[in-house]
Amino acid sequence: MNSSRLRFWRVFLAELKESFRMAMSAIAAHKLRSSLTLLGVLVGVFSIIVVMTTMRAMQARIEADVGQLGGQTFVVQKWPGVYFGGREGLEKFWRRKDITLAQGLDLRNRATLARYIGLELWFSSGEVVSPYAKAPPGTSVAGETPGSFAAQNWILQDGRILQDSDVEGAHDVCVLGNSLAKDLFPYGSAVDERIKFNGINYTVVGVLEAKGSMAGGNEDNFAIIPITTGLNRFGGRRQSVKLLVTAPDVAGYDDTVEQVRGILRVIRKVPPGKEDDFEIVSNDSTLNQINNFTFAVRLGVTAISSIALLAAGIGIMNIMLVSVTERTREIGIRRAIGAKKRNIMTQFIMEAVVLCEVGGAIGVVVGIVLGNVAAHMMKLSPVIPVDWVFIGLGICSLVGIIFGTYPAYKAANLDPIESLRYE
Amino acid sequence: MGTETIHALRDVSLDIQRGEYVAIMGPSGSGKSTLMNLLGCLDTPTSGLYELNGANVSDMDDNQLAEIRNREIGFVFQTFNLLPRSNALRNVELPLIYSGMDAGQRKQVALDALTSVGLGDRIHHKPNELSGGQRQRVAIARALVNTPSIILADEPTGNLDSKTGEEIMALLEVLSEKGNTVFVVTHEEDIAKHARRIIRIRDGLIASDETKSKGKGV
Repeated sequence: MNSSRLRFWRVFLAELKESFRMAMSAIAAHKLRSSLTLLGVLVGVFSIIVVMTTMRAMQARIEADVGQLGGQTFVVQKWPGVYFGGREGLEKFWRRKDITLAQGLDLRNRATLARYIGLELWFSSGEVVSPYAKAPPGTSVAGETPGSFAAQNWILQDGRILQDSDVEGAHDVCVLGNSLAKDLFPYGSAVDERIKFNGINYTVVGVLEAKGSMAGGNEDNFAIIPITTGLNRFGGRRQSVKLLVTAPDVAGYDDTVEQVRGILRVIRKVPPGKEDDFEIVSNDSTLNQINNFTFAVRLGVTAISSIALLAAGIGIMNIMLVSVTERTREIGIRRAIGAKKRNIMTQFIMEAVVLCEVGGAIGVVVGIVLGNVAAHMMKLSPVIPVDWVFIGLGICSLVGIIFGTYPAYKAANLDPIESLRYE
Repeated sequence: MGTETIHALRDVSLDIQRGEYVAIMGPSGSGKSTLMNLLGCLDTPTSGLYELNGANVSDMDDNQLAEIRNREIGFVFQTFNLLPRSNALRNVELPLIYSGMDAGQRKQVALDALTSVGLGDRIHHKPNELSGGQRQRVAIARALVNTPSIILADEPTGNLDSKTGEEIMALLEVLSEKGNTVFVVTHEEDIAKHARRIIRIRDGLIASDETKSKGKGV
């Protein structure tokens, strides 16, 4: 029994190999016809892969961005963290009043459950220079309070962080991101040195540890100044302050959120029963929103590619039926020298599958390449959605099997005597 | 009912020994093709018995027939019937693929068969790169490769010039002398003369069945 089973598998494998060879040569013999047939599968798989690649790249970036906040930190701001929707929806946020520095400071004094509350505003800077060097372009300037450091996971390497007195007095001091400090002071410590931007001198009081750079962007090319100094120097009256709140621990997280929400509603005079006129953004809520969005996109892609693949499958069935008729004599020969119906079935289904897989493989390659081109244009790191590659190729095989079965069945059931006589 | 049953062959009773060299002759429509299909296990009789090597072929199903064809029958056709896109070696290997021989052995056996028909140096040629005679040799190698009980040649020289035809017939004769059972279906007397037994079919009946005297010309 065992040896007959072994023989069965050996025959089956040899058949698969043989069928594969025959399929490849049949495809090569009819290049134009095959490539037109492949096109349907190619488009179907391509659309899946290109969208999945792009989304994967976006998702990786967003997750990394979101993940920069500490686990127990949430953000209160005017705008939602991620927004997927139409313009009408945006108007709601647009109409909200800005969160002001005074409201932020008020909240900080009242929110007893929070461990740290940082206030944050980003400014655009011009050229940043030190007595020794110029910073590369694109330096950003953050107006912060001491509470921001913990929330942002900023770890001090040298010197000190901002103090409340810096904020209260609107001192001209700054803490530098790691790469900026190295660029400006290549020969030694930056602490107690002076830098200059927008015409004002600032004393460096501290340098942060390197956070590393993502996707080629330089994450550490920034300077931190007291938020009050920033408002004085840069204006920024039209900007809404971002509040970074850190809960004491995981257990106290929800209570902290609720307390901040309540206090801010009072401060901003939101009538009871009306919805908040600010957003509370946590890692979880952002990720949830992203997932909901990507799920919708996935659903759409699935629908579109299903239609493409259905059309492709019917095309493949047609071509296979033509191929069976053309090769009637070959089928007769094979039957005469000992091929069983099952062997003929295997051969033709294999051909359909190979046809689909060739189209699918091209679709995968083109999809990954174009998806990554899109990702590159959005300055995202390249990804290969391995799981979707396998799903895509799996679907190809399925299409081949489903739509190859009928032609294969027809081929297998041809009468050997008739087929041998077929001209 | 609506259809009339036509018996292509009636009352055919034959007993053929291993190693015989038999020619089946008859005009077209005589039923010789049907006899060949029956002998080649491509078809089964509506009634009657066909026993091959002690196995009752007339009762077999499609799968069993395929297996019997693979093991016991080697076909040689008038139009060669090689797979056009495969080279000589792969054409000869084909029956071995269906019998489940492993790849290494398969290649060796196919190579031996091709060498035995004098084509050891043409194994990588495709059918359209070979002459008619060479194609028929490949077909014979394919028929031989599974060491079948019967080699069944249907008008093997029909598409060949007379000189090449003679060569092919000589090759079949050699095979016969090596102990293979050979059937040649033909309507040409010259071809039939090579056989030691000639069966003539007419209107579905055996018209004559003559065996040449043993004494082969030395």
